[in-house]
Amino acid sequence: MSAAPDIVIVGAGIVGAACARECARAGLRVLVLDRGPIGGGTTAAGMGHIVVMDDSPAQFALTACSRRLWQELAPELPAAVEYDPCGTLWVAADEQEMAEVHRKAAFYRERGVRVEVLEGDDVAAAEPALRPGMAGGLRVVDDAVVYPPAAAQHLLESQENTRRIEVRPGVTVAAVNEDGGVTLADGTRVRAGLAVNAAGPWSPLLAPGLPVRKRKGHLVITDRHPGFVHHQIVELGYLKSAHAVTADSVAFNIQPRKTGQMLIGSSRQFGAEGTEINSDILDRMLRRAFEYLPGLGRLSAIRAWAGHRAATPDKLPLIGPSLVSDRIWLATGHEGLGITTSLVTGRLLADHVLGRAPAIPVEPYLPARLGKGATLHA
Amino acid sequence: MNSARLSFDLVVVGAGPGGLAAASVAAERGGSVALLDNSPWLGGQIWRGEQARPAVPRARQWIERFLASGARAVMQASVFASPDRGVLLAETPAGRLTVRFKQLILATGARELFLPFPGWTLPGVVGPGGLEAMVKAGWPVAGRRVVVAGSGPLLVAVADGLRRYGARIPLIAEQAPQVRLARFATGLWRYPEKLSQAVAMKARLLGIPYRAGIWPRRAEGRERVERVVLTDGKRSWTVECDLLACGWNLVPNTELPRLLGCALAGGFVRVDEFQRSSVAGVFCVGELTAIAGGDAALVQGQIAGLSAAGAAGAARELFAERWRWHRFGAALTRAFALRPELRALAGRETVVCRCEDVSREAVERCRDAREAKLHSRCGMGPCQGRICGAATQFLFGWESDSIRPPVFPVRVESLLTASEHSKPVSNLSDPTP
Ligand SMILES: Cc1cc2nc3c(=O)[nH]c(=O)nc-3n(C[C@H](O)[C@H](O)[C@H](O)COP(=O)(O)OP(=O)(O)OC[C@H]3O[C@@H](n4cnc5c(N)ncnc54)[C@H](O)[C@@H]3O)c2cc1C
Repeated sequence: MSAAPDIVIVGAGIVGAACARECARAGLRVLVLDRGPIGGGTTAAGMGHIVVMDDSPAQFALTACSRRLWQELAPELPAAVEYDPCGTLWVAADEQEMAEVHRKAAFYRERGVRVEVLEGDDVAAAEPALRPGMAGGLRVVDDAVVYPPAAAQHLLESQENTRRIEVRPGVTVAAVNEDGGVTLADGTRVRAGLAVNAAGPWSPLLAPGLPVRKRKGHLVITDRHPGFVHHQIVELGYLKSAHAVTADSVAFNIQPRKTGQMLIGSSRQFGAEGTEINSDILDRMLRRAFEYLPGLGRLSAIRAWAGHRAATPDKLPLIGPSLVSDRIWLATGHEGLGITTSLVTGRLLADHVLGRAPAIPVEPYLPARLGKGATLHA
Repeated sequence: MNSARLSFDLVVVGAGPGGLAAASVAAERGGSVALLDNSPWLGGQIWRGEQARPAVPRARQWIERFLASGARAVMQASVFASPDRGVLLAETPAGRLTVRFKQLILATGARELFLPFPGWTLPGVVGPGGLEAMVKAGWPVAGRRVVVAGSGPLLVAVADGLRRYGARIPLIAEQAPQVRLARFATGLWRYPEKLSQAVAMKARLLGIPYRAGIWPRRAEGRERVERVVLTDGKRSWTVECDLLACGWNLVPNTELPRLLGCALAGGFVRVDEFQRSSVAGVFCVGELTAIAGGDAALVQGQIAGLSAAGAAGAARELFAERWRWHRFGAALTRAFALRPELRALAGRETVVCRCEDVSREAVERCRDAREAKLHSRCGMGPCQGRICGAATQFLFGWESDSIRPPVFPVRVESLLTASEHSKPVSNLSDPTP
């Protein structure tokens, strides 16, 4: 890239990649910098569940819009992305959880999200590996699964985009500047019209004071056991627990990969900065999974690992101009939904840069919502 | 699931010569010692079968010495994780084992190096060591034509063994050039034991054509291997065969030391004169520290065992002997160094990672092992990169990717660490991943 790029993006994770793709499609020249390989950060550590969520109206709007963008993208995705519209099965263990199934079903139906309510027998028929006696479940038909690092690579390197996107892996950024450029670790300054901080859980290092915290998660992957489960299966049992955002926690969540492997989650911890395995939390996570899938313990495990979600205080990402300079954009804080919401993040950035009407109302995601102090440089 | 707990002053992992020696000398000096190995027998790869049917006098001596030493053998225990300092987890047929230790000696040995070449994934193309093990376990080779190819002293030993089980060996193809082997052989006078072994072997081998400076270019066949195309770099020719046993010498099993955080240098664990690794209380011996054969491992094992038992003086007395075997190992490494032409054997479409069916073309454009893993799945399969990782290290100079538990595939339930009656699951979280 000879002339200065229009946009420089720090981070070649799924979010940086989606931002680059949308901007390139809009005709802009994009430079993407990452200290590691494409998709080697949180994007390599996560599950790749493309899921509609309804914790808040803003979360629903973001996930539903982004899932639609994934559906539109699906036909062009290469096999390596392992896109699989297997759907989500939310399982209800008892009548109380079944009430939640009905509430969710009504909410989704009203908004045009395809769902099916399953009775206990239907759940057993759909997923025979589940322990008998489930009260029921909710099938969210169009949820899907991808392999995130390959998805990030496709977003950056698909034919139509390569002309306008330059990716430089192995380049560490030391500072994001108020003039829209960045300074590299070796002191070099890169000029651009707009700098995007898409550094995931490391974004606060480039924006001191940013209210983004590392929230650790563990996963275990098995050898190939095709057909063990058919949907991404998630429990509704979390409703009954205290549900504190501060304490360590686990939930049953399993994902069938197109390869036949099973990916087992999930856990959440604050204040655990390293990526080593915490055997206590892994233990709790697996025990929870065994409660739902009694046969799971006998599958062959190949690897366990941990990564960090970028968590914000209100569980919504930071998408929009930073309070420091309107030539710095933030695209971070996607917590446990960044694979899902990456595409809409890129779309909102491009909408802003081009002055288009935003795909969805942006206010809930603007960094300014968290107050000035929260996003100022120290 | 069954789960048992054991606790020892010293734990030794790997029951080959290095581990047997280490456990024996340490136990003889008191203290509780356990020797863990994933196989059902003592002796490791090199002394496989010796416990049941002794043939090598020194193997028998050491196995007997171990059995009399007071050390405890824990067989069929695959060590796969270390969730905390001083704790190992192992999977056994009876369930999961938690083993606590004050000191640890790792003697996990080496495995064969496989390099990709066209046809190497055909049925009937096998590793020499693997084939030998299968044959010893009763797999019939009588009357079959087995071309033995690749590199290293193991080729001759395996060919010899196979012949005794009735196989026909049309050829041993050693990639190392004749001049380097000759230089190595003339240096053997320093190691009379080795010299006599080599000569005895040669004598029995009379009639097996052995050629240095040649290597397989490709294996061919429809359903399985039927012939191998060999080359000396200038011309190529074909040899018919029923099996092609091909291995390129050894690579150390460094997964466990790496998991524990032991520092490596040049692909081997870095140790000091007492065989201590960079991690306090963890010693490494044998092929983990250099490919130098069973004699080196025996001496190193004794030094580590004595050091762990606090007998530094006795350990020191063995330094001179170890030095001798280190020189032997260095000569071995020089003699059988792999030639650069082997890097060009795999074509664009040749599979590099067998578990995930990844071609050379797909990994070649990556910058390192981690990127290849992320974007081509190379090394993601159940062998956990053991085969392709060593190959890509040779092909592209890549360091292996960081290591994560379990070091071996294990049942998911074996990953549980808390006691069976641990606190109930509480604090359920967001359902989102
Ligand atoms: C266990 C777990 C499970 C998850 N499951 C799901 C799921 O099922 N569905 C879902 O939608 N989401 C899931 N997520 C969340 C999802 O993985 C993340 O939200 C998403 O990957 C974030 O992408 P990102 O691009 O923002 O961050 P990252 O992928 O972390 O990318 C940031 C990049 O910035 C680079 N970088 C950082 N600092 C610098 C610097 N100074 N200079 C240069 N480069 C730098 C890093 O190297 C990295 O590549 C999960 C997360 C975890 C941890």
